[in-house]
Amino acid sequence: MSDVILIEAGRQERNYWRDLWRYRELFYVLAWRDVAVRYKQTVIGTTWALIRPLLTMLVFTIIFGRIAKLPSEGAAPYPLMVFAGMLPWTFFANGLSEAANSLISNASLISKVYFPRLVVPTAAIVVAFIDFLISFVILVGLFAWYHFAPGWQLIFLPAFILLAFLASVGPALWIAALNVKYRDFRVVVPFIVQLGLYVSPVGFSSQIVPTEWRLFYSLNPMVGVIDGFRWCVLGGDSQPYLPSLAASLAVVAFFLWFGIHRFRQTEKGFADMI
Amino acid sequence: MLAPVIRVENLSKRYLVGHRTERVGRYSYTSLRDVIGREVRTVARKAADVVRGRQVVKGDTVEEFWALRDVSFDVREGEVLGIIGRNGAGKSTLLKVLSRITEPTGGRVTLRGRVGSLLEVGTGFHPELTGRENIFLNGAILGMTRTEIHKKFDEIVAFAEVERFLDTPVKRYSSGMYVRLAFAVAAHLQPEILVIDEVLAVGDTEFQKKCLGKMDDVSRREGRTVLFVSHNLGIVSSLCPRAIWLDQGSIRMDGSARAVIDDYLVRGRPNDDCVVQLGAIFRPHIDDDRLRFESLEWLSGLPLRHGEPVTARLRFKTRASVPGVAVGIGFCDPQGTRLLTYNTDFQDGFRPDLLTPGEYFVDVVIDSLPLAPNIYNLDVGCRSGNNHALDYVSACSQLEVVAGPNTPGCIVKTEPGTYLSSKWSWDFAEQSTKGQLVDE
Repeated sequence: MSDVILIEAGRQERNYWRDLWRYRELFYVLAWRDVAVRYKQTVIGTTWALIRPLLTMLVFTIIFGRIAKLPSEGAAPYPLMVFAGMLPWTFFANGLSEAANSLISNASLISKVYFPRLVVPTAAIVVAFIDFLISFVILVGLFAWYHFAPGWQLIFLPAFILLAFLASVGPALWIAALNVKYRDFRVVVPFIVQLGLYVSPVGFSSQIVPTEWRLFYSLNPMVGVIDGFRWCVLGGDSQPYLPSLAASLAVVAFFLWFGIHRFRQTEKGFADMI
Repeated sequence: MLAPVIRVENLSKRYLVGHRTERVGRYSYTSLRDVIGREVRTVARKAADVVRGRQVVKGDTVEEFWALRDVSFDVREGEVLGIIGRNGAGKSTLLKVLSRITEPTGGRVTLRGRVGSLLEVGTGFHPELTGRENIFLNGAILGMTRTEIHKKFDEIVAFAEVERFLDTPVKRYSSGMYVRLAFAVAAHLQPEILVIDEVLAVGDTEFQKKCLGKMDDVSRREGRTVLFVSHNLGIVSSLCPRAIWLDQGSIRMDGSARAVIDDYLVRGRPNDDCVVQLGAIFRPHIDDDRLRFESLEWLSGLPLRHGEPVTARLRFKTRASVPGVAVGIGFCDPQGTRLLTYNTDFQDGFRPDLLTPGEYFVDVVIDSLPLAPNIYNLDVGCRSGNNHALDYVSACSQLEVVAGPNTPGCIVKTEPGTYLSSKWSWDFAEQSTKGQLVDE
């Protein structure tokens, strides 16, 4: 006998996670669709994924490094440090904004077909991850340009990439669910992302933050992620501040739980409200 | 005795609908203080909804709307069940609940097996992607795995007859090709339970026949359970041995398709008393609430007769001033194709400005009804000066047109359509008789 599905008001689905696994192909397919469609009918195509971060890096290097004369981390050249911070930040920011809008842009799917709704925002973050991989090529290029070799810490990089992913998943799920009901968040998200760029240590090193404030500063989960990323990429000169990393981890874990929890509570009503 | 594949017990689904009770017109006495008070109450209610995590509803009063109420039925394995009923009877909501798209408010459903639902043709098709890419995209959305799609790929392409255009973006497809491809993907879905909503209303007759054949295959040869919603009673009776008639969210009748359809045709029409109430019908796509139809009355009596005069009175209410009002009624065949439309502004382009909120009516007088004897659905609609839809109720009433005293016998049992008389002149001098139409 095949499996029995019970539908009742307010009932949490028992085999939700198994369903999610069963729909894993949809997850690839949605991500692939967004990537395939994104640069259609553009002249320079994927080059856009390279140009945007390069220009931002230039601006930040000039403003923070040249004009404000902020120090870099250890021996690393300023542009390299900025770029090592920008990579995870852009991943986080793109993932957050795309996932937050993903349910609305897939409204027709949601109101006509059943699948675990978690697939949609997570697939949107995967698209941001592909942009991240493209930008990573620039980082390799910058290494060659500055004759800078990363140390053994590089092996921890996947862990911090995962952390950046998880850091965006939590809030993204929460905001995506809210966005279905209250479109106000369409306006709020770009604002959060813009503000976050200056609040997070992207254009500067978190070492310039006074020590007594550092723990508080690390409540922004991206502080731990960016610091860790720089530590992996730039080598041992920029020591990660462990309490700060722990604080970031705790905040990421909380948002992850909270985001999934809120999302699952509201997802059954999506089709009625979208 | 096998357990039923689908068991529905006391299923209910409630929606909240917002209304604006105030009259904001030129002559209504609304003070700024009243407006502020009302706005504050509205904002407070919305804020409370936000805090409680409830749905935010437009307007300042909220009304409950039961799309389904205490619906119970069982479906055995391999059974093909047709669901019929008027628009707004809850058919689509029932399918949405069964396919787990929306959650019920009460009751429970037990499903034994995977559910594949086809509520719309081409859900998730992306116009920029090619036919080949869209087969994989759409297949994954409908719950097929890549290996399943690979296995069925050639079959899908052959069924859709789009071999030559596989690598063309679907935005360049004709609408017929688009629909064929979309249906082909869905038809090759292999769930234990298949849920289908009125998707055959699209496509040409040839393709519709092909789809029907495919669905017959799915149920008879492969032993799958099928739930099928349609306005086309002919298709329901030929495809489904059993049918359910939904009326205002509840089951009015459950039995053999033939019996249910016969009963539906006799009693299902609410126009026995010549008045169709339009006020309470849910309008999903209308966001303007300045004008609402209240009722339509067949002043010339029912049933309507082909070739005979018809007079109907449309009553409506306005809440605010609306400029350039045009009202229309239309007759559609059971598949939803509009066959005949009467609009008030066809008459010298006259579109009155209704500045005072209040109740109005407009009478339409048809000298000679051109519809052939058959069953038709009635649409009523209203537009304002800039052609913005003020109100629209599609298929608000099902009507039977019967033969009139001058109807020729040959058209009594044919397809829905229009039959007009005109002046013909015959020329019997020639060997063969040929017809020639004389312009009037």
